Amino acid sequence: MSAMLSGLPLVSIVTFLPLAGAVLLVFFRRGSARAVRATALGVSLLTFVLSLLLFFAYDGASGLPELVERSSWLRGGIDYHVGVDGISLFLVLLAALMTPLALLSSWRAVDDRIKEFSFFMLLLETGMIGVFVSLNLFLFYVFWEAMLIPMYFLIGIWGGRRRIYATTKFVLFTMFGSLLMLVAIFVLQAAYSRAMGSPSLTIADLAAVPLSPALQSWLFLAFGLAFAIKIPLFPLHTWLPDAHVEAPTAGSVLLAAVLLKMGAYGFLRLGLPLFPAAAASFAPALSILAVVGIIYGGLMALVQKDMKSLVAYSSVSHMGLIMLAVFSLNFEATEGAIYQMLNHGLSTGALFLCVGILYERTHTRLIADYGGAAARMPVFAGLFLVAMLSSAGLPGLNGFVGEFLCFFGIFAANKTLAVLSVSTVVLSAAYLLWLYRRVMHGPLKDPADRRLRDLDGRELACLVPLVVLMLFMGLFPGTFLRKMDSSVARYVESLRSKAPVVTALELPGRPGAEATALAEPER
Amino acid sequence: MVRYFWLIPLLPGASALLLLLLGPRLSRRWISWQACLTVFLSFALSLAGFVHLVRAGHGSSGLAKTLLPWIASGSFSAAISFAFDELAAVMALVVTGVGLLIHVYSVGYMAADRAYSRYFAYLNLFTFFMLVLVLASDIVLMFVGWEGVGLCSYLLIGFWFERPAASKAGMKAFIVNRIGDAAFIVGVLFLLVNVGSSSFAAINAAPAAGVLGPGLVTLVAILLFVGATGKSAQIPLYVWLPDAMEGPTPVSALIHAATMVTAGVYMVCRLSGLFAASQAASSVVAWVGGLTAVFAATIALVQHDIKRVLAYSTISQIGYMFLGCGVGAYAAGMFHLVTHAFFKSLLFLAAGSVIHALGGEQDMRRMGGLKKALPTTFPVFLVGALAIAGVPFLSGFFSKDAILTSAFAGGHYVLYALGLSGAVLTALYMFRLIYMTFYGQTRATHPAGTAPHVHESPPVMTVPLVVLAVFSALAGFAGLPVLLGEKANWIGGFLEAVLEPAAHHLALSTEVGLILAATAAALAGIAMAFVFYRKRPDLPERTARSFPGIYRLLVGKYYVDEAYDAVVVRPLVRGAETVYARFDLGVIDGALDGSAAAAASAGKGLNVLQSGLVRDYALAFLLGAILFLGVLLL
Repeated sequence: MSAMLSGLPLVSIVTFLPLAGAVLLVFFRRGSARAVRATALGVSLLTFVLSLLLFFAYDGASGLPELVERSSWLRGGIDYHVGVDGISLFLVLLAALMTPLALLSSWRAVDDRIKEFSFFMLLLETGMIGVFVSLNLFLFYVFWEAMLIPMYFLIGIWGGRRRIYATTKFVLFTMFGSLLMLVAIFVLQAAYSRAMGSPSLTIADLAAVPLSPALQSWLFLAFGLAFAIKIPLFPLHTWLPDAHVEAPTAGSVLLAAVLLKMGAYGFLRLGLPLFPAAAASFAPALSILAVVGIIYGGLMALVQKDMKSLVAYSSVSHMGLIMLAVFSLNFEATEGAIYQMLNHGLSTGALFLCVGILYERTHTRLIADYGGAAARMPVFAGLFLVAMLSSAGLPGLNGFVGEFLCFFGIFAANKTLAVLSVSTVVLSAAYLLWLYRRVMHGPLKDPADRRLRDLDGRELACLVPLVVLMLFMGLFPGTFLRKMDSSVARYVESLRSKAPVVTALELPGRPGAEATALAEPER
Repeated sequence: MVRYFWLIPLLPGASALLLLLLGPRLSRRWISWQACLTVFLSFALSLAGFVHLVRAGHGSSGLAKTLLPWIASGSFSAAISFAFDELAAVMALVVTGVGLLIHVYSVGYMAADRAYSRYFAYLNLFTFFMLVLVLASDIVLMFVGWEGVGLCSYLLIGFWFERPAASKAGMKAFIVNRIGDAAFIVGVLFLLVNVGSSSFAAINAAPAAGVLGPGLVTLVAILLFVGATGKSAQIPLYVWLPDAMEGPTPVSALIHAATMVTAGVYMVCRLSGLFAASQAASSVVAWVGGLTAVFAATIALVQHDIKRVLAYSTISQIGYMFLGCGVGAYAAGMFHLVTHAFFKSLLFLAAGSVIHALGGEQDMRRMGGLKKALPTTFPVFLVGALAIAGVPFLSGFFSKDAILTSAFAGGHYVLYALGLSGAVLTALYMFRLIYMTFYGQTRATHPAGTAPHVHESPPVMTVPLVVLAVFSALAGFAGLPVLLGEKANWIGGFLEAVLEPAAHHLALSTEVGLILAATAAALAGIAMAFVFYRKRPDLPERTARSFPGIYRLLVGKYYVDEAYDAVVVRPLVRGAETVYARFDLGVIDGALDGSAAAAASAGKGLNVLQSGLVRDYALAFLLGAILFLGVLLL
């Protein structure tokens, strides 16, 4: 397989195919909505199929980036340098999977300026995939910022009533974070030049720069702020409910499923490997914010009146668990965090699709406007239920695997935080089942309302793949975890070798247990 | 055939999947056959496995099979692997045997329901998860079954989801169970990190091997037991079970009486090596069980809904099982689990037959005089009542006696007294139910409940009742008191291969005395019921009037639901609402919007500089240049 693909710049193709599709759309006539939709969907589906080739081509034995392409681009160490490893591979797949589903979900919901809409969606896809495959810091930053523009327009043009407020808030928040990151990138580049004699912005090189502890802390904070906003970490989360409530379904799906992962990915790819000592010293504080986010997000979700903001706050809670796992700095928690990022992408993406399906029928997102929908929409009721249970971490589905690995790793690092984080098991069941009861159960709110029809083929095509994946990932996590093992082991080892603080977090009672685990991750 | 024992859970699982996907397109006949036949095959396989174990005798290590590697990451791994040992065999027989009868009964009971295929899909799915729970050889996989049966319970309690009460009860069940499960997860985490394995064999061996310190054993056992109080409806997490009666009656019989709610007892027995190693944790188990047994029985005394009486009775009887486990008599706890599965599912199904006959009536105040009208239901109901009351030689008599004897033999006299007084109450509330339902004159207000309309259920419902009645009557002979010989307690001997043995022995005379005391308790309760509800029907009301406080407390179910609502639920929701309005929207967002407004007004202030006049810009340029040069020169 990999031999056959060896000649192809597969990563670049997957990254830029959506962009090429977007450019193609520019030449379509204004009235050809159907052709525009079909082309955009076709391009994104092709991208997904090609991204599956990445999965097969990626070997994962060494844990180093594979399918690497590199060519010099600008001076100052700015190279075009891309590739995938066990940490980024599945996030690329997630982005490539969710984009066609999001496009499909807006088949009817978006009528206005369909060409521009599809254009921005494909642009967004290139931005998202680009962030995950970049191995050069500058390239990472370019994609990171490029992603903002289509999202800004997607919310600002196709959003709800308060869309301008929401999209401005979203952009200001993220810009604020990323500007500090840009400054930090320049400082880091200068530090590298000074130490090594020649400039480089290759992420792997930068990890070797010796930095004074104070500088390391400042740089970590600058990067960390950008990532923490994106996750979003409590108390930087308030842009999220607004953005979600106002965004069109497709925007919400990609925002929740993929964009939120950027922050956690940023910590894994940059924040921790580049500044391990600073990360280790800030880990306790960030862990506490993360655990506050878990409980706080869950409680806020409980009292939301709008379905979308409920799901948005549930994201704050779930992402809190992922961050807590990331800051636990051990193998199981890290692998759990990555797995949980995928799970959260699937389950929250599916939940937003479900809300969109209801909204398309009744044009309201208020929970109180619903009741008894399950009687009219039995198939939808079943799929919605599975998405909900996946989000609540029911064993047998994907959410449990990720959640449990996170708990395990967090517990090994800090028992108190682990016990607090387990509260998500109760909270998520409470806010999700209560939502489900109010919307789907009870007597039909308005028996004369014929708008609540069950799913059509297109909607089934949106939800069924996600539900099937939830089951598959719940039963066969090895398919995914084995491809991550070496990269995660390498990542954890590099953190430990650089930050002596981290090695203090051994599994209690069994010294060396993790060391053996790291030595034989293939198990 | 025994080699394929791992199909025991998978058969109903496959059937459930098929029904969920194709259900509405299949004919009712096909659905009934498929659902029942797959459970029957599981039963046959369980029976074959059971016979295999009996033949192999002690020292056989049972059957084991790993199907999938499942989760592995670093030092954590859990496989999908099943094991079939003596304990699993007994439980699997109960689940598939009683399950089969209830599937068959449901064919009649649910015949008129619109969502027929959905019902059997859920029932099959439940059987699947329950059998996963039973056969799991690893605590993480057991948790899959554990939460899976919780899901099915949620789905089946809320089966008639158009009814707000049913939907609410389903949600309550799931969330209360999740509270217990959170503790269970923490317990499992302690085990995984300290023992380094999730297999039951490793966990049971850990205390003796010194891998788990005594404090940790106690902590872990109590955390796991908190999970059991959720699943098995014990104090303080029992509150969901009475509400769970909103589900169809066969569901109450299978899930909320015979099998799922006893999963906590099964779990404690499965981990008897762990629990037995901690005196403190065992005491907690025994006391929670003992107190729940009496507490729930007192509430059952004054309930009017026939199913709620049985629900509180279930809570109480599971209390007995935990009492047995807590005093170290794990086999006795399991024995009571088995006999209870027979007589309680019998009672529920018979109650269902009564409800069916009366066109949906569940309030005993509007029943009465049904003895003649229900010629099959009445005698089987009576058998069930006699069995649960502990009347000699019926199954409940032997199993309850085994628990009480063990409590006494272990020197737990207060627990013994609790159990004995609970036995009086059990007989009393049970025969109150019998007299109110079947004797006297009809008090029906609804035409469907009056004589010409009342009809006995069809054979598809009554045959399972008769089968269960036979087992309720005779199952006790599987565990005769030890005073009849060392081998008399067959089930105890069979389970000894897996469970921690109960070591106490009593003098013959003491044991005879205990049996007589238990018999007296049962007869006293029945006699009281006879006086109160048959001979002097005015007495209950007069008694209630003379102790109004106590009566109101009991009818109000000790106001535990209200207390939870006032202390936990409402403050949490109100608090979250306040925090959302004041803090999330107020402080955090307020600060942001405030700084945005500040930035905007600052921008307006700076607007003055943007005057549009060239001379202003020139001046500014000059000043800037001077400043810049100055900085450079300095």
